[in-house]
Amino acid sequence: MSYFDIPKLTGSTWKVWLRNKDVFMKTYMVNFLPNFLQPLLYLFSLGFGVGNFINQIEGISYARFIAPALIAIAIMNSAFFECTFASFVRMYFQKTFDAIIATPLTIEEVITGELLWGATRSTINTVITLPVLAAFGLIEFPSSLLIIPFSFLAGFLFATIGMCFTAISPNIDSLNYPMFLFITPMFLFSGTFFPLSLLPVPIQYLATALLPLTHVVIIARSLTLASPHPLILLSFVWIILASVVFFLLSVNLMKKRLIV
Amino acid sequence: MDNVSFTVDEGEMFGFLGPNGAGKTTTMKMIQCISPKTGGELSVFGMDVNTHQREIKRLLGIVPQENNLDPDFTVYENLLVYARYFDIPRAVAEKKIDELLDFVQLGEKKGTTIVQLSGGMKRRLILARALINDPRLLILDEPTVGLDPQARHLIWDRLKKLRSQGNTIVLTTHYLEEAAQLCDRLVIMEQGKILVEGKPAELVLQHVGTDIVEAENSPEAIACLDGLGAKYEISGETIQVYTDSPQKITGALLEDCRLGQVTARRATLEDVFLKLTGRKLRD
Repeated sequence: MSYFDIPKLTGSTWKVWLRNKDVFMKTYMVNFLPNFLQPLLYLFSLGFGVGNFINQIEGISYARFIAPALIAIAIMNSAFFECTFASFVRMYFQKTFDAIIATPLTIEEVITGELLWGATRSTINTVITLPVLAAFGLIEFPSSLLIIPFSFLAGFLFATIGMCFTAISPNIDSLNYPMFLFITPMFLFSGTFFPLSLLPVPIQYLATALLPLTHVVIIARSLTLASPHPLILLSFVWIILASVVFFLLSVNLMKKRLIV
Repeated sequence: MDNVSFTVDEGEMFGFLGPNGAGKTTTMKMIQCISPKTGGELSVFGMDVNTHQREIKRLLGIVPQENNLDPDFTVYENLLVYARYFDIPRAVAEKKIDELLDFVQLGEKKGTTIVQLSGGMKRRLILARALINDPRLLILDEPTVGLDPQARHLIWDRLKKLRSQGNTIVLTTHYLEEAAQLCDRLVIMEQGKILVEGKPAELVLQHVGTDIVEAENSPEAIACLDGLGAKYEISGETIQVYTDSPQKITGALLEDCRLGQVTARRATLEDVFLKLTGRKLRD
């Protein structure tokens, strides 16, 4: 068994997705509200608060500059949280995965279903965030609508990375490490709240080579401003390749953890 | 697992007994195609467990040792979601769920959440869940562990009913009474090996005899028993005499040797179990 075996999947994978969707729909009001409030809070404190001291940034208002970053962060947080803490609870405390693999479904299908659901959470979050930003006139249409399908792809990437951490975490507390060593630095240094070009050149290269959020921000900003960034294609390819690698890795790591 | 060999016939109830760590659960997980076998042969309905997992799992109903009901759903939703994993159409599933909830006497609890169920109700719901796909083989890993006598008897009663309807059932337990009551045939395992296999009553006869006479452990009693040529075993403060003629032994101990504390009782599967696996504690 290697770390990059290609899983054999059937349509049953969606039943795991459906299970999570059914749970989500039972408490949808609780699930919707934070997703709706979070971009508002950022927008008021940073966009209109801090933004008051900034005349223009790369030729646009500060609020317009950070609007796509707020979507990218929402995409990252929802998929990553779903496939770390939420998946860990289902796997470890609720034994939900054990219950499902006693049916015709395989562990590969369970994990893939979880990943697809993580990606879906990102899309749901994006669909909630876009109108908030649109209400303040911060994003261009119709190009911004492309962020909706894009959020599924980007969310899938963060889901697979999160699932890798879930597979190697001995307990739920150790999931805090990727939160503050990986997610928080990305949140701050991926061209989110200031342009990447302000950083020292070697760090710029590192951020572009290693931080997935950098690429998600590049694409999201290209779409909300309706003006493509020179690296947009590279970012797209980067996200696809990384998704494939982390997808295979996450499924195989989970298999190693759960099949004994 | 080492040299474990067994065959379960269709329509019978087959038991795996053994102390903790004997390999019962591992055997169950291999039958369920969850733990892969690294050597040897294991086939379920003629299909190899390493190559036909999906086909085999479709035919199984599983009651795991640990409760793994979905706490995010109600009683009814648990069964509905589970039916979906087996591709059972919703209308068929709804009808089946009503039948099953009546069968395990949870018809009144449809809308209850899992945390509000008692231990016995959770076990019954898991049994119902295991039956959702009309399994050809039902596997129960410690089905009544931690239940009160009422709940245990209800589960036993349901299992007997299933057996009488021709279901094939495999179960593990360390309640010897449970095994004696339910199983047509059983094996006793220790440290990944099978020690004996047979029908409960025959195993008792073969390894212990029909009866047991217990006396207080004293040099006089031992001298007396040696004089009679009886087969006995000493465990702590008591001597256990394995015999087919308890009246004779009891009479001799009471009258000829004038011992005070003597009890005679029927031999049980527990005596076989302790004789074969020893009295050492397992952790």
